[in-house]
Order: sequence, then structure tokens, then C-alpha cells
Amino acid sequence: MFHPSHFTAVLLFALCASTVFGITMRDTPPKMVRYGAYCFVLFVGSAILLSWVMFLIAR
Amino acid sequence: MATPPNRPAVAGKPAAAKQGQQGFVYLPLIAGWLVPGAGHFLLGKWGRGALLAVSILAMFIMGLAMQGKLYTSAQDILDLLGVAGDLGSGIFYIVGRAAGWGSQPVQTTIADYGTKFIVVAGLLNVIAAVDAHNLRTGRKS
Repeated sequence: MFHPSHFTAVLLFALCASTVFGITMRDTPPKMVRYGAYCFVLFVGSAILLSWVMFLIAR
Repeated sequence: MATPPNRPAVAGKPAAAKQGQQGFVYLPLIAGWLVPGAGHFLLGKWGRGALLAVSILAMFIMGLAMQGKLYTSAQDILDLLGVAGDLGSGIFYIVGRAAGWGSQPVQTTIADYGTKFIVVAGLLNVIAAVDAHNLRTGRKS
């Protein structure tokens, strides 16, 4: 069985979802790569930000 | 004097474009839903299709490996949405149900993440299938 850490699960989720978003939402390969990278950064960045917010609220 | 027959402005290109437009218009949509990436493969978009197939299948398999659940019945609205999302995986959902994959109850946080991975894999596959349809109809290049 596969038991990734929570952060690894976030990275894997963001990688797969960003790849599909990049390919389906843009027309040309350079734009696809750029949009995919943008989505990946937003996925991971928002997860880290929300984690800190929840950590500070819970204190 | 006989007039020359009408010829396309650029020889070869319109004929090739027309050849790609023949056949059942919804075939890439249905094929893409049943097998991730198949809609793009039918249209000759091998690179895009391979990346989509790998991403969606990886998510589905990781979800199962995390002991995620395949939704089987719609007892309430959330279960119904889960079934709808899982159905997006096409033939893999059917095979998974037949093989009894993801039938154990969710008991850990990672298993809950796995359930979400499976649902999102199905939803991403629907997006990919619609993208193949848009390529087929010419709405997207």
C-alpha cells in the first residue's frame, strides 16, 4: 500500500491536476507549460498558506 | 475552352483537414471518457494524450493504493456526487467495481485523501474528454 505524507499527497495531487489543466486550458505547448506551472504553484502555495493559517488559529 | 476544375488554394492541406473531420463527431469524447487520453490519440495528439493518460491513471491508481474508496451507491447527495465523479474514470471505474477494488471502508486520513484522488481523477478525465471533443469540432486548435 501507499502511505505518503500529507505534503507529498499535496505535491502529487498538484502535479497531476496541473498537468491536465495545462494541456486542456491552453492551445500551444509553451502556454500549456506556463499555465501548468502556474496552477502547480497556486495549488502548493495555497495549501502551505492555509496550513499556516490553520496552525495559527489552532494555537 | 474548358474551364479548369475548382482546386483548393493550398494543395493537400484542405484534404488532410477534411480527412480529420470525417467520422462520428462524438467518438473522441466517448473514447476519451472510456479510456483516459484515447480521445487525443484518435486525433493524432500523441504527446498530449500520453500526458493526460499518465496523469489521470496515476491519480486513479494512487487513490486505490492509498486505500481510497470507490463509491458504489448513492445514499445521500454527497455519495451521489462521489459516484458521478468516479464514473468519469470510464472503464477503470467499471473494472474497479467488478474487481472489488476500493470496497473497504475508509479508516485513515490517507484513505480519505485516496478517495478524493479517485474522484478528482474522474473529473479530470471528463475535462480531458471534453478537450478532445473541442479539438475534434475545431473549437480548439
